[in-house]
Amino acid sequence: MLIIKDLKAAIAGKTILKGISLEVKSGEIHAIMGPNGSGKSTLAAVLAGRDFVEVTEGSVTYFGKDLLSMAPEDRSKEGIFLGFQYPIEIPGVSMVNFMKTAVNEHRKHKGLEPLSASDFLKLMRDKKELVEIDSKLANRSVNEGFSGGEKKKNEIFQMAMLEPKLAILDETDSGLDIDALRIVANGVNKLKRPDNSTIVITHYQRLLDYIVPDVVHVLYDGRIVKTSGKELALELEDKGYDWIKKEVDNQD
Amino acid sequence: MNEKSEVTEFFSGLYTNNIKKITEGSSPHINSFREEALEMFTKLGVPNRKNESYKYTNLDLFFKHNYKTYFIPDESDFQKAEEFRCDVTDLDAHGVVLLNGFYPTINGKLRKLPGGITIGSLNEAAKQFPDLIEKHYGKYAGSKTDGLIHLNTAMAYDGVFIHVPRGSVLKKPVQVVNLVDSKEDTFSQHRNLIIVEENSEFTLIICDHTLSPQKFLTNAVTEIYVGENAHFDIIRVQNEHNNACKVTHTFIHQEKNSYASSNNITLHGGLVRNSTFHYLGGEGAECNSYGLYLSDKWQHIDNFVNIEHAFPNCTSNQLFKGVLDEMATGAFNGRIFVAPDAQGTLAYQKNNNILLTDDAKMDTKPQLEIYADDVKCSHGATVGQLDDDALFYMQSRGIDKRQSRLMLMFGFAHEVIQNIKVEALRERMDSLVMQRLKGELSRCASCMVKCG
Repeated sequence: MLIIKDLKAAIAGKTILKGISLEVKSGEIHAIMGPNGSGKSTLAAVLAGRDFVEVTEGSVTYFGKDLLSMAPEDRSKEGIFLGFQYPIEIPGVSMVNFMKTAVNEHRKHKGLEPLSASDFLKLMRDKKELVEIDSKLANRSVNEGFSGGEKKKNEIFQMAMLEPKLAILDETDSGLDIDALRIVANGVNKLKRPDNSTIVITHYQRLLDYIVPDVVHVLYDGRIVKTSGKELALELEDKGYDWIKKEVDNQD
Repeated sequence: MNEKSEVTEFFSGLYTNNIKKITEGSSPHINSFREEALEMFTKLGVPNRKNESYKYTNLDLFFKHNYKTYFIPDESDFQKAEEFRCDVTDLDAHGVVLLNGFYPTINGKLRKLPGGITIGSLNEAAKQFPDLIEKHYGKYAGSKTDGLIHLNTAMAYDGVFIHVPRGSVLKKPVQVVNLVDSKEDTFSQHRNLIIVEENSEFTLIICDHTLSPQKFLTNAVTEIYVGENAHFDIIRVQNEHNNACKVTHTFIHQEKNSYASSNNITLHGGLVRNSTFHYLGGEGAECNSYGLYLSDKWQHIDNFVNIEHAFPNCTSNQLFKGVLDEMATGAFNGRIFVAPDAQGTLAYQKNNNILLTDDAKMDTKPQLEIYADDVKCSHGATVGQLDDDALFYMQSRGIDKRQSRLMLMFGFAHEVIQNIKVEALRERMDSLVMQRLKGELSRCASCMVKCG
């Protein structure tokens, strides 16, 4: 599904990603862990098409296509979803209008007719239930005045509406209390299908109690320094990141 | 200095040449203000950029011009006014059409509405209701610095008069359509007087249109009295062509526990200057002053707001937003004055602007004068581009950049539109704003003018 090869990227001339290679197959859940400043969010930004990140080397192939040459909206329509670490507030744009536009853009891309108003509202209702989001939130402007937990739930709600093939969840667990964390994780699990994949970017192991990864990568200083099964997450929880840092620094 | 007096002399000359005609047709009370007003105008002149409240607006572009003006309308002129139909079809309103500032005489000069409400010609009302006129006319409009208000008082002949007697509640709004139409470049002035007595409720919609492509200059003054416990909304929709200049001065005087809101929506116009004066003249009064302006080409839109908290425990809120494209320029000046005794004042002000090009320019200036201690006051102004983070967020959900920009701008503008309580008008404004933002001409169907 997704093949990243020797990806290097810089922000304002400063190299952040220093050669990342990674393959995600259909149905897999990958966790990308790592200390602060290791480049986790930059990787998510590159995959979603944020233009302040400059890719200097390497390639990203998504279902055989060159992902890096695609506009952000086209990546979305091709099935990539980024769950934002800090979801953006958009005053004056209602959730309903926002999601209706997005869903219909996706449908147009697939050659489908736009949803009727009633079908759309039904879809909203169903998905809201699935992710246990408060009905009233959907009547407000996008993320405006939402609490931290509500914003994250809203990300999962949008993911449910758009049914991506590859979801990239950037620190979706940060700032969540245990109940919100459970709801968010449940949402992700309910949306899991054998043909879609998820990349969970997180600092803590906590979220991985609920979303069980197939593969865990550790990102440090712009490189993937360790890849293993889910037990690696537990080890990190136990011992922190220092031992990995030491290992890497010793190799250098 | 010579240039200023040249312009001022042109308008003073209009007075000298026409005052006999004007006075003959007007009521004694209205006439009693004229001489002094002319003196004030001659002294102050047409405001130039040395005048602090006109610092960013060059009126000369429209005032230095040889306009035709007339003071006594011909009945045949009103045919067009009679034929005019607002194309907001679901708008259920009592309609009044003014042509070049005059109230049509064809179907009588005054009309009764449910609840004992009177609407009609100010000129006529001044003759029929001298008591009301003496109580209110000339009481709220005044200025020590703005000569144009005095120019209006000196020469205005007609305009809309509305009297909403105490306790009267009119759910259906009154819509006043100001048409300007002439074969020659025309200067016109009208004067409105709106009296909303205690415990009443009233909504007024004013729409400004140009029907012919000539150069127009309008200088309008509206005085509004909002009695104790009364509720009043005024919504002004300006949609004139780029060769028209509209200067409006609106004075809203509020009594105890009253509510008033003003919403100036400028969709189009060459040079627009709206001054809105809110006087909170009794404890517990509340006012909202809104404005939205969308401009492109060489348009210039200037909003000046003055809120005077003269009594304790009053609340005011200003929200003005603008989207400026191409070489458009604009200005916002929001003054909040809190008198020494006006404790418990809440006063908020917000002015946000989006510039779509490097050439567009906006000047925004808050002006706070607070002489009381127990006051909560805030103000904020922004001038910027569309939010990149928000654009990317929308794109990341599959909405392309163009559509994302549109939705963002629309959302930005909607924050002002949503305060219009008349649903049909609110929806219509939403759609006109959307058309405007898409780069289509958002003219009402009846507009004859193509703004090239």
